[in-house]
Amino acid sequence: MPTALIAEDEPLLAAALQADLARLWPDLRIVAQVADGLSAVQQALALRPQLCFLDIRMPGASGLDAALALAEDWPDGTPLPLLVFVTAYDQYALQAFDAQAVDYLVKPVDGARLAACVARLQKRLTTAAMPAISASPASAAHPAAAPAITSNTLDPALAHTLGQLRALLGVTGLAAQPGPTPATRLEVIQAGVGNTVHLVPVAEVLYFEAADKYLRVVTAEREHLIRLSLRELLPQLDGQQFWQVHRSLVVRASAISTAQREESGKVTLQLRGRPERLTASRLYAHLFKGM
Amino acid sequence: MPPPAVHHPADPPTSAPANLPAKPPADPPAYPGPWSGFARRGLRNQGLCAAVALIIWTVSTSGRGNLFTAWVYSASIGTLCWLFIDSGRLLLARWLPGRHGMSAISRSRWPGPVWMLVCILLGSAAGYSLGTWLGDAITGLSTPSLLQNRAAVIISIISAVGASWYFVATEKLGLAQAAADAARRAAAESQLMLLQSQLEPHMLFNTLANLRVLITLDALRAQTMLDHLIGYLRATLGASRSGLHPLSAEFERLADYLALMAVRMGPRLQVQLDLPAALRDLAVPPLLLQPLVENSIRHGLEPKVAGGRIVVSAAQQGQRLLLTVRDTGLGLGAGAAGRPGNTVFADSASQTSGASGVSGNSAAADMHYGTRHVTERLATLYGEQAWFTLREATDADGGTLAEVNLPLPQPP
Repeated sequence: MPTALIAEDEPLLAAALQADLARLWPDLRIVAQVADGLSAVQQALALRPQLCFLDIRMPGASGLDAALALAEDWPDGTPLPLLVFVTAYDQYALQAFDAQAVDYLVKPVDGARLAACVARLQKRLTTAAMPAISASPASAAHPAAAPAITSNTLDPALAHTLGQLRALLGVTGLAAQPGPTPATRLEVIQAGVGNTVHLVPVAEVLYFEAADKYLRVVTAEREHLIRLSLRELLPQLDGQQFWQVHRSLVVRASAISTAQREESGKVTLQLRGRPERLTASRLYAHLFKGM
Repeated sequence: MPPPAVHHPADPPTSAPANLPAKPPADPPAYPGPWSGFARRGLRNQGLCAAVALIIWTVSTSGRGNLFTAWVYSASIGTLCWLFIDSGRLLLARWLPGRHGMSAISRSRWPGPVWMLVCILLGSAAGYSLGTWLGDAITGLSTPSLLQNRAAVIISIISAVGASWYFVATEKLGLAQAAADAARRAAAESQLMLLQSQLEPHMLFNTLANLRVLITLDALRAQTMLDHLIGYLRATLGASRSGLHPLSAEFERLADYLALMAVRMGPRLQVQLDLPAALRDLAVPPLLLQPLVENSIRHGLEPKVAGGRIVVSAAQQGQRLLLTVRDTGLGLGAGAAGRPGNTVFADSASQTSGASGVSGNSAAADMHYGTRHVTERLATLYGEQAWFTLREATDADGGTLAEVNLPLPQPP
């Protein structure tokens, strides 16, 4: 029995989508109905539905951010859910999805359009499930087989979703990120602890990691916490020097000593001067390939 | 079958080819440069020369009886006078140090009355001398020197002063017209931007989606929601923002919008409107609070997972009217939206948007637009007598507190 999650912050619309789906697809079981992006990720990771209907504009995290988090954190062995974005009006998303083949719904959703979406999803579930199911045991059977696994050996649904998310979020590579002008570039980070402010030159920072509402600023010797989001920080960094390798991780490229691809498509990074290993998500794995 | 269109190389292109992308809109204040009318003024000056020649020919029957001769002298003297005076004043206007009491535009082409007089006198003297020499050369006649021919000198100077006055007057008129056009365009653009930020497609389509669901679920509630939507649209689209309306009407319009949002957000939104009966009839500018309430919802409460409360209230404080919009939303410091902080003055919106360092943030731009609109309206209507502040609420509930402080209006 196929399973689905609905993430929609407006209660009437969520109830209506659930009712319409019940009518059009009696077999479908709604395993969770959530009203914000954070719960969507949490519930999807916990319940592993086959489909996710994600509203784009939601409190907590947008539908796109939720999709990104799912693509990065989805555990191996289960195919990534098929994602259907729901939006009242978002030209940007519509264009992105026009080019690619995953479905989207525009609110108000009429019955005929939803029926077409259901038909498409049913077809995708039967066809896409085949390679995904056969791929999972195969990769599980040869755990040591692939030190340099490429994204085309990934679950095709996941590979497809990754490509789509890259396109949508503009994660195309380094050349696409224009560096900040010297005037807006951050040179020194001021990290306050009690009455003391530590001045940390950006040139000494090895990586930044988002942690809840804070940002960990890690140098070779120590680490600091600042109240800034990664999203606010990124435009102030030189994209040639600092690479985003995960939605919550930005690393100084020259500090990375080795990058090792895991079977899941993730990449483990070893840094110079730090003992810990960092994980680059599948979404950014394409940054690391031999010359 | 029509013959293939032949595009003559000398033909000026009448319109851009259809397959090219649309031209970007021109910069709003499109004033012509000071030299742009030079050739046009030269042509008009030729007309003036012809007229002067005709007058001389009709008036002086004895002197130079030949119309052609009169025109040759008139044209050579007139053209040179114009050339010296017009280019002289434009060059002077460019080189002279800043002259006060004039707009930058007119300063760039009008050197001031004293210098203009100098221009005219020197220009017509030089124009007359060179012009008669040129006329002599063409006609083969000989003209008596400058001081002996008073009539011709007077004609030259009168024509020069008249022509200068005419040119300066028409140019000033043109500039005034261009300035008025630019102001009108700016006002229309400002209205359009406010409308766009209010009639945001996302809000409209989500509201319609809710309405669509309600129709089958609860027809009566759907009807009430539709009434609110109609009220909101009528107020936003139709209301003139000039004049005043009673405070009770202002609160009714806010209630329409908040009722729509309450249906959409369900239990996440609590609304409280406090309007004391004694203040109901006070005259206030229509839809003054609307952008503040919309900001509270869109940037404060809608993005907050738990939702919260919005309180709109009116209170009399001595001879002042205090209108407040309070929400328990994310607050000003939230996220990358870069909401502006503290007191908002007319120009602070641009300052904060520049300081946030996050470009292309349309949510923040919307927000700044709303607060700027309120500040500008207050400044236009009340000058220094009214002010608007936006700050972080200090109590435990958090969120933002927007306050509009007006001189106590009279009932209409």
